[in-house]
Amino acid sequence: MVQTRSLIDEHGRRTDGRTMDELRNVKIQVGIVKNADGSAYIEFGKNRIIAAVYGPREVHPKHLAQPDRCVLRCRYHMSPFSTDTRKNPAPSRREVEISKVMREALEPSLMLEDYPRAAIDVFVEVLQADGGSRCAGITAASVALADAGINMRDIVPACAAGKVDGKIVLDINDVEDKEGSADMPLAYMPHLERVTLLQLDGILNQEEFNECLDKALQGCKMIYEIQRRALIQKYFGDEQELKEES
Amino acid sequence: MQEIKRKYVVPGDRIIDGDFRALSNVTKSGNSIFATRIGIAEATRDGIKVIPLSGVYIPRVNDIVIGKIIDHSSLSWQVDISSCFSAHLPAQDVFGRDFSPARDDMNKQLAIGDLVTARIMAFDRTRDPMLTIQDKDLGKIPRGEFLKISATRVPRLIGKRGSMIQTIEQATQTRILIGQNGIVVVAGRSAEGTQLAIRAIRMVEEEAHTSNLTQRIKTLLNVPEPQSIETISELAAPEGQKLDGSSSSIPEAEEQVQEDLEKGDKE
Repeated sequence: MVQTRSLIDEHGRRTDGRTMDELRNVKIQVGIVKNADGSAYIEFGKNRIIAAVYGPREVHPKHLAQPDRCVLRCRYHMSPFSTDTRKNPAPSRREVEISKVMREALEPSLMLEDYPRAAIDVFVEVLQADGGSRCAGITAASVALADAGINMRDIVPACAAGKVDGKIVLDINDVEDKEGSADMPLAYMPHLERVTLLQLDGILNQEEFNECLDKALQGCKMIYEIQRRALIQKYFGDEQELKEES
Repeated sequence: MQEIKRKYVVPGDRIIDGDFRALSNVTKSGNSIFATRIGIAEATRDGIKVIPLSGVYIPRVNDIVIGKIIDHSSLSWQVDISSCFSAHLPAQDVFGRDFSPARDDMNKQLAIGDLVTARIMAFDRTRDPMLTIQDKDLGKIPRGEFLKISATRVPRLIGKRGSMIQTIEQATQTRILIGQNGIVVVAGRSAEGTQLAIRAIRMVEEEAHTSNLTQRIKTLLNVPEPQSIETISELAAPEGQKLDGSSSSIPEAEEQVQEDLEKGDKE
C-alpha cells in the first residue's frame, strides 16, 4: 500500500472531516423488501446496501439439507452500478470470499439447531459502495435476520478500524482503505462479548493491534445501538422510549 | 416469584436474572434469561417467555391449520401449510382403513389446488408434519377467498375470546376460517362484504401491535358502537395506561388461541 497524500490534516481531521474515533453516518431501515421474510436497508457513509432474508424454508436442492440443523446461505453481491467503473455482475473472487466470511460472522448468532432440515437465505446487495461494505452488509443482514423472526442469541454489528498516516482510526472509508496502511474489519456480538469476524489487511504491531481492536469494538457497540433502535422503531414505533410498561 | 414488568425486547436482550424457567423464544445462559426474538417479554406462573412479533410458522402438534393440496402419491397427499415443511395427509385418513390405491381415486376426494382445514397429528424434528381431517369442522373448504397473514398475527386477528373475528364476521356477513399457520379463508354472501372483511383483516395484520385497534376496525366496518365497558374504561384511562391496556391484549389473546380458534372455525 503506497501512501500518496496526507490522509489526516494538522487538526487531526480525516479526508471526510471526521475525527479519529468518529463513525460515518449510519442509518438503518427495517422491513423494506415486502416479499422477503425479513429485510433491512443501511446507509453507512456512502454505502447503500439492501439485505433480504428468506426462510426458514425448504432446502433446494434437497441433498444440501442437514438433518440436525438449518443451512445458512449468504450471497454478497455488488450491483454493476455500485462503483465508478462498471462492476461485472458475475460473482468475483472477492464476492465469493465476502459471502463466506459473512455467513461465518452471522452463524454463531443464530440458533440454527431450532430449524432442522430447513434453509435460511441471506441476500446482501450493494447498491453503492464505499469502504467497509462487508461490515455494513453484516450489520444489515443481522437486522434483517432479526426482522425475519429467526431465533438468535444476539444481534451482530460490524465495524472496521485501521491505520492511516501512522494513526489508528475508527471506521475506514474507501480512500483510507486504498491508501492507508492497515484495515481491520470486525464483527462482534455485544451481549455475548464474542468476536465473529476478524480480518486484517496490512501490518500492525501488537500495541497497534490492541488499539485497533478496542476501537473497532467501540464502533460495534455504537452500531449495535443504531440496529436496536431501528428494530424497535419498526415494531413498536414511537413507543420505543416506553421500554418498560407499568 | 419475583415480579417482572412486561417489556419490549430484541434478540440478545437480557430479560431477567434469577432462577426462572425458560419457556418460548428465550434462552437461559448462566443465571440469566435472554430473548431470542423481537417481541414482548413477560413472566407467567410457569416461567419467562417472549411473544414474538415476526417469524414464519413452525408446526406444533394439535395446531389447526389450513393447507393447500399441491401433489399426491399413491398413498398420501402433499399439503402446503405455508411453513418450511410440507405436510402429508394420508389417504387412509380420508378414505378409511380399507383404502386401496388400486380401487380408490384420490382425485375424487381432494384434487390439487383444494384447500383443507386439518389438524397436525404428528410432527417432530426428524419428520415432516402429518395431518388429519378426522375431527369436527375439519376437511375440504368448499369456497371462499384465500389470503395469507403472518402467523404471529393470528392471535390478534382472533382477539380476546374471539371478539375481533366475531366483530368482522357480523359486520360483513361472512364466515372466516383462520389457520394457526396464518392462512385465512373468507366466505361471504356478497362480494362487497368479503372485500370489506379482507380489508379489515389486512388492517389487523398491519396494525396488530397498535393501541385501540378494535375501535378502528369498528369504524372501518361502520359498526354502531354502544358504550361498552371496554370503551368506557379506555376513554377514562389516562394516555399512558391506554397504551399498556392495548398491548396486553396480544399475550392474553395468545393464551386463548386454541380455544378461540376452534370457536372461530365453528362459526
